[in-house]
Parts: sequence; structure tokens; C-alpha cells
Amino acid sequence: MDTPMTMTEKILAAHAGIDRVVPGELIKVNVDIALANDITAPLAIGVFNEIGKEEVFDPEKVALVADHFVPNKDIASAEQAKMMREFAMGKRVRHYYELAEGGIEHVIMPEKGLVMPGEVVIGADSHTCTYGALGAFASGVGSTDLGVILSTGKIWIKVPSTIKIQYEGKLKPWVGGKDLILFTLGKLGVEGANYKAVEFSGEVVRNLPMDHRFTMANMAVECGAKNGIFEVDEMIINYVSKVTGRSPKELRSDSGAGFEQVLTISVDNIEPQVAFPHSPDNVCPVSKVDNILLDQVFIGSCTNGRLDDLRIAAKILKGRSVAKGLRLIIIPGSSNIYKKAIQEGLIETLVEAGAVIGPPCCGPCLGGHMGVLASGERALSTSNRNFRGRMGHPDSEVYLANPALAAASAVLGRIGSPDEL
Amino acid sequence: MKLNGRVWKFNDNIDTDVIIPASFLNTSDREELGRHCFAYLRPDFTRNVKTGDIIVAGRNFGCGSSREHAPLALKEAGVRLIIAKSFARIFYRNAFNIGLPLLESEEVQDRVSEGDRISVDLLSGEITGGSLEKALFARPIPDFMMEIVRSGGLVKYIKEKGTF
Repeated sequence: MDTPMTMTEKILAAHAGIDRVVPGELIKVNVDIALANDITAPLAIGVFNEIGKEEVFDPEKVALVADHFVPNKDIASAEQAKMMREFAMGKRVRHYYELAEGGIEHVIMPEKGLVMPGEVVIGADSHTCTYGALGAFASGVGSTDLGVILSTGKIWIKVPSTIKIQYEGKLKPWVGGKDLILFTLGKLGVEGANYKAVEFSGEVVRNLPMDHRFTMANMAVECGAKNGIFEVDEMIINYVSKVTGRSPKELRSDSGAGFEQVLTISVDNIEPQVAFPHSPDNVCPVSKVDNILLDQVFIGSCTNGRLDDLRIAAKILKGRSVAKGLRLIIIPGSSNIYKKAIQEGLIETLVEAGAVIGPPCCGPCLGGHMGVLASGERALSTSNRNFRGRMGHPDSEVYLANPALAAASAVLGRIGSPDEL
Repeated sequence: MKLNGRVWKFNDNIDTDVIIPASFLNTSDREELGRHCFAYLRPDFTRNVKTGDIIVAGRNFGCGSSREHAPLALKEAGVRLIIAKSFARIFYRNAFNIGLPLLESEEVQDRVSEGDRISVDLLSGEITGGSLEKALFARPIPDFMMEIVRSGGLVKYIKEKGTF
């Protein structure tokens, strides 16, 4: 009988062309799609040129997305974007996206059907792990690894052991994927899954909509994980079939597969979570948050810039106004989401309430542009990181939460829950 | 391979955003990146760091963003080795890939002082000098990673071997 394997092990074995792998083994893996952005691609292109190959390993399997500093914030970033654009054109890269065709890389890749369950996706961006929500092995690397993949189509990987997390019980109001992953980070710590795979399972995630699953997989890297992954169930199959017209097969860990740890989390008492500065694992339930006044609220990013996120923000902001003196910045994760949000009337609601809408891009999440914080300022953000200085001045503060809390807090002028409105 | 350098001490969870803040990521120019290493966390760093210096840190060094600009900035500034209790996964790959060696040790951060001059044997992991009364041993660097360091990074390794 075949040795039982986890999902992650099965995908890696298949892509290494071997029957089975065990955690700790060093293997060479074929990459199904390689990804980089306007910050990481220039260095990777330098590596590709240094290796000296004429063409990329497969122009159909490369995605280059300008999202971090676009529309270009200064001359230097414009040069970076130009270099990536020219490389994409010169090498006939099939999936090159910017501005109106694009949005945030981790939002548009699933939207455009570029990731299939069971595939290996490697991206020069730490939040590449987002595609684990589609049952793919997806992991972030640096530019040298990406440059080598552009040349060879391969990467070396140490097979990770897997931590399985089972979520059981019934979710409270306003609690979603963001709260589950923040709560989990609080349990595991920022290093708790370093080098490991995290498999999200249990009855709660089986019923969790795709947008919430993307949020959870997206933040797997915040506990150090190599990848986060969901079993390929009906919801994923329906999502992928609708986008691509192809029907992926179910894929899950074998019964009897070796997990390093199985953690069961009862969600019954989990409240909306707030991560305090300066670490995403520094979490606190919203009812225990004191009077924390805010200068800015940001709703967007590869974590929470999807349609469900904008819908919930609009639901809360409808007929209400943003607190005086507070800046509410909302950035749809892709042009496609922007268009749908207009069609559904969400944008009008948000603007009426006092939000400013930015063009689809990473925005202020990484403190580059479109909402950089001054010293002493405080922001609540739906993004994934609140490290010191992440969104601007080293003496600014970033709190992380879900879009419902973000919208409610924008009205309250302080961190709070929609129940307080 | 022996290294000798002055110690700069750091705490746990030094993320790549503090190593090189995003506002400086609009370039791939290594010298420019090196000039902004720890720009906000330790503004004195780039003024005083010397080629050959060694960073000694706590747990989870290099966590967060995958930006390879972080190890590049450190290397360009002059850092030749980082010893930490543990490293975040992507930073670990990136540093070796650009030929910047890393050593893992649970003890070194607690035993050495800022400014100590220490000697490190990369092969055996032996660390001596400074405030250390006796030699400490870091975990040996895995063979594959050591070969990459010997070549001077993954690109040079691939060019030498024709594969990886």
C-alpha cells in the first residue's frame, strides 16, 4: 500500500517526479507558474541576465504584475516598472499586467484563473502563499530564486512538515477569515510555523467563502510558514471551474498522513481580533480594546481588498459618515473588483460616507505611497503587517483588523465594533 | 573559512521592513540599498559599520517581506556574517543565495557584547573571542548551503556547475 502523505507532500512529490517525499528531504521541483512584481522583478531579471539564458523557461508560465509602486510614485519606481515591462515584452511573457488590466498580484492571479489546485506556484513576494486557498502549493521566495526559476523552471525546496489546524464550532457575528488567522497567529506566534506547511481544516473552514480563505492563506507567512493550504473541496472546484472552465480533481491529505502537530481551535468564543503594534501575533479581542483614537483607516491589500471585503465595509458605512478628521482610504484589490463594486453601488456608498478610493494597487500597506503615516499617527489597516514603520514613520502605529471593524472604526474615530454603531 | 569581525547586536524578530524600509525599494542599486540599511531602527548603523562586521541577533531574524533587498543592503553595508538564534525561512534562502552566510546558535546573543571582536570558523561553527570565556559552537551550515557560500552565491554556483 502507498505510504500516506499530506496534501503538501503529494503536490511536491508529483512535481519532483517521485512517488513520495518525507519532511526534511531536499528536492528539486518543477514550477507551474512563477510570479514577480515591480519591486522584486528587477533584481530577478538581473539574476536571469547573469545566468545568461536567452529565453525564459516558458513564457506561458511567468506572471509579472506591477502593483507595489504603481501608478509610479517617482522616477526611480517608474524606471523599475519600465524595466519589468520591457523584459515582459522582450521575452513574450504571457501574463504581464498593470493598472487597468491588473491590480494586486495575489488578487488577480486567482481571478484570471492562473492558479489551479495541486499546482506549484512560486513568487518573489512573501504573500504568494495566498494561493494555498485554491489547494495549490504556493510559496514566497526572493529574487535570486525567482531569477533561477525564470531560467530553469525549477527550484530546490526542503519538504516541510505540516501543522494541521482544525477550526470547530460556530462563528460569532462579524467574525471571518481575518479573525481566524489573527487568532491563530496569537496562538502560534510569528515564528510558530517557520519552515512548515500549515493546513487549514475543520467544519468552520469547509463553510468559509473563498474570499475569507484567501485572507487566511495570505497570512500563513506571518507565522513563518512556507505555505498555507486548504483541501480541494467543492467550493474550490466550483470557483476554479467558473473562472477557467476546467474541472480540477479533489485533493486532500491521506488519512494516516503524518502531521507534525494537530491543533484544534474552537471558534465559538472568538471575537473580532485586533493585532496591536508592532507584530501581527500581538492580538486582542475587540471588546478588550481601550479607547484607541485613529488618524487613518485603510481597507484594501492582498489580505482584504476583495469584493466581500468591500461589501461588508459598504454595509456598515451605508448612511453613516466617517469621523471628523479621520482619513478613510479604500483600495479595491483589482480593476475587476473595482468594476463590480461600481455595478453593485458599493463605491457610491463608500464615497458618500467619506472614503477616498484609490486605484487598484498595494497602496499604503507597505508605506510606499498613497497614505504614508507621519510620526505619532495611528492607523487601523485590513492588511497583513504592522511592523514598526511598516506604513510610514517609525514612530507611527498600525493596528490590524477585519474590514467590518475597519469600517466601524472609521465612523467611531477609534477602534471599535459595528455593534457600537 | 574563518571570519573575524566586530559585533552589532539586535533583538528578536528583526523584520525586513526595518532592515530596508519600503520607501527605499524603488531601486535595485546595491550601493544605494546599502546606504539605507536600518535607516530608521539604527540611524548610526551605516555611519559606523565596517566591512567584515558581524550581526548577532535573537530569534526569527529577517521575518516578513521576501525582499532580497534586505540581505543585499546588509552585505553592501559591509556585514559578512549573521549569527542568530533562528532565521525566518525566506531570509535564510535569500542570504545564502547572494553569498551571505548565516549561522544558527541559541547561545551567542546572550554571551557576546556589542562591539566585541569575535572569530568564527564557518566550517566547524566555532565562535571565539570578545566576551566569550570559552568557545561556542553554532549549528554547522548544511553542505548544500556551504557549497553555495563557497561559490559566492547561487548564480555563481549554477554557472560553475551548470546546474543546481
